[in-house]
This record gives sequence, C-alpha cells and structure tokens, in this order.
Amino acid sequence: MNFDFNAVIQAIPYLFGTGMTFTLTLTLAAASMGLVLGTLLAVMRLSPYRLVSVPAGIYVNTLRSIPLLLVIFWFYFLMPYIGAWVTGASRPINIGAYKSAIITFTLFEAAYFCEIMRAGIQSVSRGQMAAGLAIGLTYRQAMQSIILPQAVRNMLPSLVTRVIILFQDTSLVYVLSLTDFLGAGAKIGQRDGRLVELYLFVALVYWVICFSASRVVKFLERRTRVAR
Amino acid sequence: MNYDWSWTVFVDLSSNGVDTYLYTLLMGVGWTLALSLSAGVISLFFGSIVAVLRTAPSVWLHFIGTVYVEIFRNIPLLVQMFLWYFVLPEVLPKDWGDALKQMGQPWGQFIPAVLCLSFYGTARLAETLRAGIQSLPRGQGQAGTAMGLTPLQVYRYVIMPQAYRIVIPPLTSEFMGIVKYSSVALTIGLLELTGQARAMQEFSFHIFEAFSAATAGYLAINGCVVMAMHYLERHFALPGRIGWKARMKLSGSAS
Repeated sequence: MNFDFNAVIQAIPYLFGTGMTFTLTLTLAAASMGLVLGTLLAVMRLSPYRLVSVPAGIYVNTLRSIPLLLVIFWFYFLMPYIGAWVTGASRPINIGAYKSAIITFTLFEAAYFCEIMRAGIQSVSRGQMAAGLAIGLTYRQAMQSIILPQAVRNMLPSLVTRVIILFQDTSLVYVLSLTDFLGAGAKIGQRDGRLVELYLFVALVYWVICFSASRVVKFLERRTRVAR
Repeated sequence: MNYDWSWTVFVDLSSNGVDTYLYTLLMGVGWTLALSLSAGVISLFFGSIVAVLRTAPSVWLHFIGTVYVEIFRNIPLLVQMFLWYFVLPEVLPKDWGDALKQMGQPWGQFIPAVLCLSFYGTARLAETLRAGIQSLPRGQGQAGTAMGLTPLQVYRYVIMPQAYRIVIPPLTSEFMGIVKYSSVALTIGLLELTGQARAMQEFSFHIFEAFSAATAGYLAINGCVVMAMHYLERHFALPGRIGWKARMKLSGSAS
C-alpha cells in the first residue's frame, strides 16, 4: 500500500469549497428550521388537548422509529407529489435533491429536537410553574420568563449533541448523489483511483470537527452545572 | 395527482424474475434482523468491557476506553462503513485483502457491515452502560471491596448486575438505533429492508407501496424490540426498586 498524500492535498479546495460548504449549509439550515418546528411540536405534545398532542406524538414516534435513509427516500419521492397537491399542478413537480434534502433533514430533526425540548421543559419542576401562577403571572408569562429559560439551560448540551449527530448524518445524502463532504471525497477518490487516501482524510476531518464540538458540549455541561 | 396505487404489486414478480416482491422484502427483513442481532449481541458484549474500562480506577485502562469511544463516536457511520468496506481490504496484508474482496454477495457485504455496526454500537453502548455504572452509589463498589472481592468480582457480582437493570430503558433506544443504523449497509450493496424497498421502487415504479412496506417492517421490528426490552425490565426488576411491582403481576408472586 503506497499512500499518495498529494492526491489529498490537491483535492482540498474542492473538498472544502464544494463539499464542506454543502455539508455545513445543510446542517445549519436543518438545525435552525428543525429547532423552530421541533419547538412547535414539543408545545403540541405537551398540550392538554388530545386532538393536538396525539398527532404530534404519532409524527414524532414514527419518524424516530424508522431509519433516516428510509426517510430520505420517502421524502425524495413523495415531495414532488405533495408539491403538485399544494400548487394544484396536474403532474408531480420537480423539487430536486438539494431542496429535498433540506426539507427531509428539517422534518426529521424536528422530531428529535421535539423530544429534547419536551424533556427539557419537563425537567423544570412543577412547583416553578405553580409559583409563577401564584404570584399572578399568566400561563404564557410563566412559561416565557420562568420555565423556558431554565428548560433551555437544561437542554442546551443535548441540543448541541443532536446538532453534532445531524452534522454526521448529513453524510447520508450520499444516496441522493449530492456532493457533500463525503460525496466530494468519493468523487475525487473514484476519479483518481485514490479512494483509500480520500476516505481516510474525510474520516479524519469529520473526527476532528466532531471531537472538538463534543468538547464544547462538555464545557456547556460544566457551565450549566455551576449555574444551578 | 395521477399516482397508480396498487397493493397487488407485492405479488408481482420482482426484478430477479423468480420471487415476488413480497418475498424479496421479507428477505430484506431477514438481513436486517441478522445484521442488527449480530451487531447488537457483539456490541453489548464489547460495550460492557469498554464501559468497565471507562470506569476503571486505572488511568491507563480509562484512557484506552476513552480513546476507543471518542474514535468511533465522532466519525459518521456512513464514513465508517466505507472505511470497513473499501479501505480495510487495501490496508490489510495483500492476501487477506484479496480474500475479503473475493467474498461474493451477500457475505462480502454482510461481514464488513457487521464489523462496522459492532464497532460503532460498542462505543454507543459503552457510553450508555457507563452512565448506568456511574449512577450507582459509590458505596456499592466499596462494600464489595471491603468484603474482599477482587475488582473484577466487584464488577461481575455487584456493579454490572445492577447497572444492566438501570440502563434497560436507554438500552432499548440504543437497540432500536442499531436496527435503524443497519439500513446504512445498503450503501455498500447489502440488500436489507431499505435496500430491497429501494430496489423494488426502482424496478416497479411503485414508490409508495415499497416504502410503506419498509416503514411497516421497521415499525414491526422496533415494536418487538420495545416489547422484548419491556419484558426484560419487568422480569429482572429488583424488589424495592421502581418497577418491581410490575414483576409481581407478571409472575404472580413477589419472591
């Protein structure tokens, strides 16, 4: 086995310029939109009205028990039909792998974010809400200024951990032939016959990023512990 | 909306010209089960060892356990899958690598997939078990040592029996995770459930029937995982701990 590190060095502009840019875009887009949708789902799941909480529960539990790859395929093929239904077009509309990936990851992550949020909100003791109501705050005010600030603090480490997992999971867009970081490595590796070098380099870069990010989580965990 | 929905597609002949789609999907379920069961058992065994290393008093053992977990948790599973499938045969001595490459369908894909899922699962289960071990009061281990047990005996007879019971709920989601991760094996060409559904969709164009069937398959498998773990949790519940009353109902007596 002779390693050719030149193959890696020459590939770096493409790997990061095209591949990593896409991976980060997808991660950030799915994380931010997923967070919004996830919060909404969490509020729905905690609602006292079964008509609201049960559908949210079914959505979250179904998405959480099937593989992400299957979800990617589902939405990739389902989206054109939904698009046609929404716009009233007679034929399935063309969405494209890129948008499809962003929508899929948003909807998928929302289910996981929802559960983290729910656990976070439920980790604040009931007495806090009761105390808030007792001093004359409305439910909304108590939620906003008493429960949520504490909940966010409790769930921050889990949320960041989930974003790291999302960052790793975006590599699965490989099955839609999108050029994310791994896809870029695979393309160059196949072109030059240097798969071994490229895959090892891709693995190393992922490792460095995820390991550093997990240190940040450790730091956050320590910070929140002190704050209590 | 002009999608031609038809449930009868499942009894049509699949792309191999011999079996029905229903049969190929069931074969997919079989491979998914084989993959997740082997990876689950191996991960539980080695995960326990790594968890013990991670909690061991020795600095070196702790270091080895930590390095293992940090390596395998921080690389995307798909990248690991490619490392096992494409890179391993190249870096091994030549005849070993050639032997790996010459293994035909499906073992040539199944073995790297099991290796990949097991190494990854070991790291994840080790973290789950470590949390269980560390949630026990320190006095448990100390009492064992005071009674004259060796460190290994303390783990074997005092710590692990309690830790396993505590981690059953998080272990359930880890095992469901292994079932879900097994779908990544389709990227190296193993026709497990998602792979078979994808093949069916490509050949028959009955996209939604194929993926509905796969979804139902995963829901069923993971439903079984939840029920099995729930049974274990009740069966092994200790008197005095939360959940042991359920065991009374189960066995009819509180022994």
